[in-house]
Amino acid sequence: MTGGAPMTGPTNGPMTERRTVLDVRGLTVRLPDGADRRHAVEDVSLTVGAGEIVCIVGESGSGKSVTAFTVMGLLPKQQLRPVAGQILFEGADLLTKSAAELRAMRGERLSMIFQEPMTALNPVMTVGDQIGEVLDIHTSLDRGEREQRVLEIMDLVRLPDPKAMLNAYPHQLSGGQRQRIMIACALVLDPALLIADEPTTALDVTTQAQILKLIKEMQERRGTGVLFITHDFGVVADIADRVVVMQRGRVVESGTADEILRRPSHPYTQMLIGSVPSLHPPARAPLHHAPVALETRGLGKTYGGGGFFRKDRTVKAATDVNLVVRKGETLGIVGESGSGKSTVARCVVRLIDPTEGEIYLHDAEVAKLSASLLRKHRKRVQIVFQDPYRSLNPRQTVAESIIEGPMNFGVSRADALAKARELMTLVGLEPDAVDRYPHQFSGGQRQRICIARALAMEPDVLIADEAVSALDVSVQAQVLELLDDVRKRFNLAVLFITHDLRVAAQICDRIMVMHKGKVVEEGSTAEVFANPREDYTKALFDAAPGRGYEFGGVRAAE
Amino acid sequence: MWMFIGRRAVATIPVMLVVAFVVFMILRLSPGDPATVIAGDYASPADIARIRAQLGLDQPVALQFVSWIGRLVQGDLGISIFSNLPVTTLIGQRLEPTLMLSLTTVVFSVLVAVPLGAVAAWKSGTWIDRTVMVVAVLGFSVPVFVLGYFLVYGFSLELKWLPVQGYKSPADGIGLFFRHIALPAGALSAFYIALVARITRASVLEVLEEDYIRTARAKGQVESKVLLVHALRNASVPIVTVIGLGIAALIGGVVITESVFNIPGLGRLVVDAILKRDYPIIQGLILFFSFLYILLNLLIDIVYTVLDPRIRY
Amino acid sequence: MTEQTSSAGSRRRSGPWSLLAGHPIGIIGAAVMIVVVAAAILAPLLGTSDPIALNPVNRLKHPSELFWLGTDMYGRDVWSRVVYGARVSLTVGVSAAALSVVFGLLIGMVAGYVRWLDGIVMRVMDGLMAIPGILLAIALVSLSGASIVTVIIAITIPEIPRVVRLVRSVVLSVREEPYVEAAISVATPVTKILRKHILPNTIPPLIVQATYVCASAMLTESFLSFLGAGTPPEVPSWGNMMAEGRLFFPLAPWIVLFPGVALALTILAVNVLGDALRDKLDPKLARRI
Repeated sequence: MTGGAPMTGPTNGPMTERRTVLDVRGLTVRLPDGADRRHAVEDVSLTVGAGEIVCIVGESGSGKSVTAFTVMGLLPKQQLRPVAGQILFEGADLLTKSAAELRAMRGERLSMIFQEPMTALNPVMTVGDQIGEVLDIHTSLDRGEREQRVLEIMDLVRLPDPKAMLNAYPHQLSGGQRQRIMIACALVLDPALLIADEPTTALDVTTQAQILKLIKEMQERRGTGVLFITHDFGVVADIADRVVVMQRGRVVESGTADEILRRPSHPYTQMLIGSVPSLHPPARAPLHHAPVALETRGLGKTYGGGGFFRKDRTVKAATDVNLVVRKGETLGIVGESGSGKSTVARCVVRLIDPTEGEIYLHDAEVAKLSASLLRKHRKRVQIVFQDPYRSLNPRQTVAESIIEGPMNFGVSRADALAKARELMTLVGLEPDAVDRYPHQFSGGQRQRICIARALAMEPDVLIADEAVSALDVSVQAQVLELLDDVRKRFNLAVLFITHDLRVAAQICDRIMVMHKGKVVEEGSTAEVFANPREDYTKALFDAAPGRGYEFGGVRAAE
Repeated sequence: MWMFIGRRAVATIPVMLVVAFVVFMILRLSPGDPATVIAGDYASPADIARIRAQLGLDQPVALQFVSWIGRLVQGDLGISIFSNLPVTTLIGQRLEPTLMLSLTTVVFSVLVAVPLGAVAAWKSGTWIDRTVMVVAVLGFSVPVFVLGYFLVYGFSLELKWLPVQGYKSPADGIGLFFRHIALPAGALSAFYIALVARITRASVLEVLEEDYIRTARAKGQVESKVLLVHALRNASVPIVTVIGLGIAALIGGVVITESVFNIPGLGRLVVDAILKRDYPIIQGLILFFSFLYILLNLLIDIVYTVLDPRIRY
Repeated sequence: MTEQTSSAGSRRRSGPWSLLAGHPIGIIGAAVMIVVVAAAILAPLLGTSDPIALNPVNRLKHPSELFWLGTDMYGRDVWSRVVYGARVSLTVGVSAAALSVVFGLLIGMVAGYVRWLDGIVMRVMDGLMAIPGILLAIALVSLSGASIVTVIIAITIPEIPRVVRLVRSVVLSVREEPYVEAAISVATPVTKILRKHILPNTIPPLIVQATYVCASAMLTESFLSFLGAGTPPEVPSWGNMMAEGRLFFPLAPWIVLFPGVALALTILAVNVLGDALRDKLDPKLARRI
């Protein structure tokens, strides 16, 4: 029955009488034998009406993506198999359709956009052809009409100068523009259902706000039903009509956005929403008199240059960064990707060599020290990285990772091991777990181990480079709490690098906002959040998803 | 674009210098007096002195190298000790058969191997895939002369379809050319097909895991076009790379194959030169083949920019 | 899927034999290799006679109960020569693999970690790769005189650049890993970082590469012998046997056939073993080639 589905235009009637586009009933998808549980999703039921945005929200492993891919018929067949339930799309069960029938519907009646706009587009095909491909598959337009349709949809998704962009390749576009191309591909044939799988997670916050606005606008205009997968309650607050909360493959709660966000009834939902950091910074006592642990003056890093035949293309990753972190204080550096915030962190640890300026650890200037002279200063600054899965050597036990540093400075193996066990307890893990390998721990636990490794050096300065960004929101809250706890206990100076305003609001005493390699604004967290002075800072704060809701702050500060 | 080609061409200069240096040093580093080695067991002291002078071995090594490079730059590869002809002239006389054999082999191999590898990747895990992979491993394992003899035994001696040996130029008739080139090219192709089929399978398999393949499926694209339009084009860069790198191994195979099938090409020239220890020819041919390899790979670098718009120049 | 799955159990410690579990073709390859190695070691016990002694009376005998695989034009027993030939091929293959891995590892580590040396080292490797390996080997052997040692050296030199490139690429990617950066930030000395954090990552691909070098070295040895530029003619190598026997091919095909089959089978077994190890040890490389 390809293309023979009853054609119904967008409903223009009152929102209460929505036509149901998608009706998933009791869907169960089997995992392969030997997985940690039997079903990827179990007994999942949900509906999406025309012109409605339904968010599935959940942490990693909740089964939200599997649900979406099952509807699209894009599951890896050998590994995941739907074994029970129905997926009624415009009245017909998708699970009973043949591969060819499903293929004919994909792209035309139901379409999908994905998380990574960087990789979701074919790198060797022009974006015009990639949109046109959908038309080639499902229609028989001639060249002129085809180009006309492509230009129309590119214009609709607000791409600048569609005519010029038609022949561009994906790598020539920004992340936001690529996601617009994806949306154009998905909506060019006016599908009844759009599935969006974390479509803004990989984007910067300002771009995210624009894309969310675009999805909402397109969907309202065309009456498309949207199934929106996300882990971010801020995004949910901004666009959802209704919300479905999933946990370990099951739906734990569903309702209107307002009900779920303001009056969650299930304990899991309550915990999730309670874990979302508030955008309002708690009151913090300033630390003007504490001794300075870390200071940079005019710090800069320029990449490129050199090479006889290369064009002199240099990139200023960071320029003229002046920062001061006192003992017991947390300084946040906030910015989007490419702002230079991580460059600053890596310069301070001397993982990269700064090209300008000075770095003082107490009184010692370390910016230009040679490797051998730098050695004794290494222990003063320690860093925790973003990716918990790559931060520990998978081939050695956790103990080996923790004692490596102290042993470099002459601590005996026995003493270092005793210290490692002690630190494991401190970061909330079993001391005996030091003999295990990293793969036996979850992401949050690994991040705790990385903190223990850093503390083993008894540093003065701890740098957290997006240290909680890869974690689920509930785990994130716990690790943040641990970081703040060790700061107090050891009177550490913490340099906290993050793109997440909510996290920054909760943990930082002062923040610096970076943009294109420069510091554009700095001040106490409360001050900057309440009264941003610079246009860029204002735009950044305006873009933060879920501003309208006050989520439960995790951390009641001092 | 021209800037890019110029830059890449300049970058090959140090590589060529390394090649020249290695080739130059082979003769000087070998134990014993090279002139004596070259002259052979029955040479008179006068012969040895003549060869020494002819090779410039009586001069300081650094000076020898510089003057040798100077002559190379002018296209002078030296003079054969036995025939007294310039090596470049000898190469010119023998170039055609070798070129035609290599070209036929590469074209035939790529035409067979790329579809084979792509289908194996597409049907990965099935018996089609396993068969292709087993054939590919066989191609890697059977020495070209063994395969050559088997082919001669079957197609020439038993079935009498094709000539046992020899070479005919396309100028003598295209049919005659193909009848003579079929067996040597077939034997030589086994290795090359195996190489290209394996890399094609591997890179198509990798591309098939990419997000944009999923996007194509989400658009409703049919599987055959997912493979042809999206996967193969993206897999082409590693495939072309291996085709280029394989040329070094191909040249070795050519030398053997020409011996088996008695083809009067550069391979025979080099084998005869080894037997006669005609060192200038050996040296000249190694240089010639190495520079050919470097130039072909330069060409492939330029092809990349056509295949993949992300590679900037 | 966007969900991260815990990679628990992805790295299990296990003995060498479980590497081939569930890989029937790999097991066959390993079995063939065990037979070949055993034959090489136990050669005198396998009903062989002196593989070099000439015996003109028994020239060109067909395979029979007395001469299992026949005799060659000098009356030498082909069976004995094939069995002893395994010693030559294995010596050449294993030595070339070991030497190229050792040198390739050293040079590759240096190139990958010492940035200013990288350019120079890699240009030299590019140059070596540009010279067709067989021609380089021929030139080396024909000038230095034929002996097994020269043949091994001549075969090893052209193999080194490939190992260097492999090691270097592993070093370059691993040195960007956060766990290596963490080691740098706790002041771990460079040599220790190379040994503890980087070296272990090069081992699995190197084991795989070693099998390929071994196969390719045996193949090259046979090419060299075939062209008359290999091991000395009196050495019973498979390549020599075929080179000598080729003139008698129409008359006594067994002289060429049996060493040919032995050679192809051994190389096949090594290659198959290499593929199996690659699938198990280095799935990423399995994708690449």
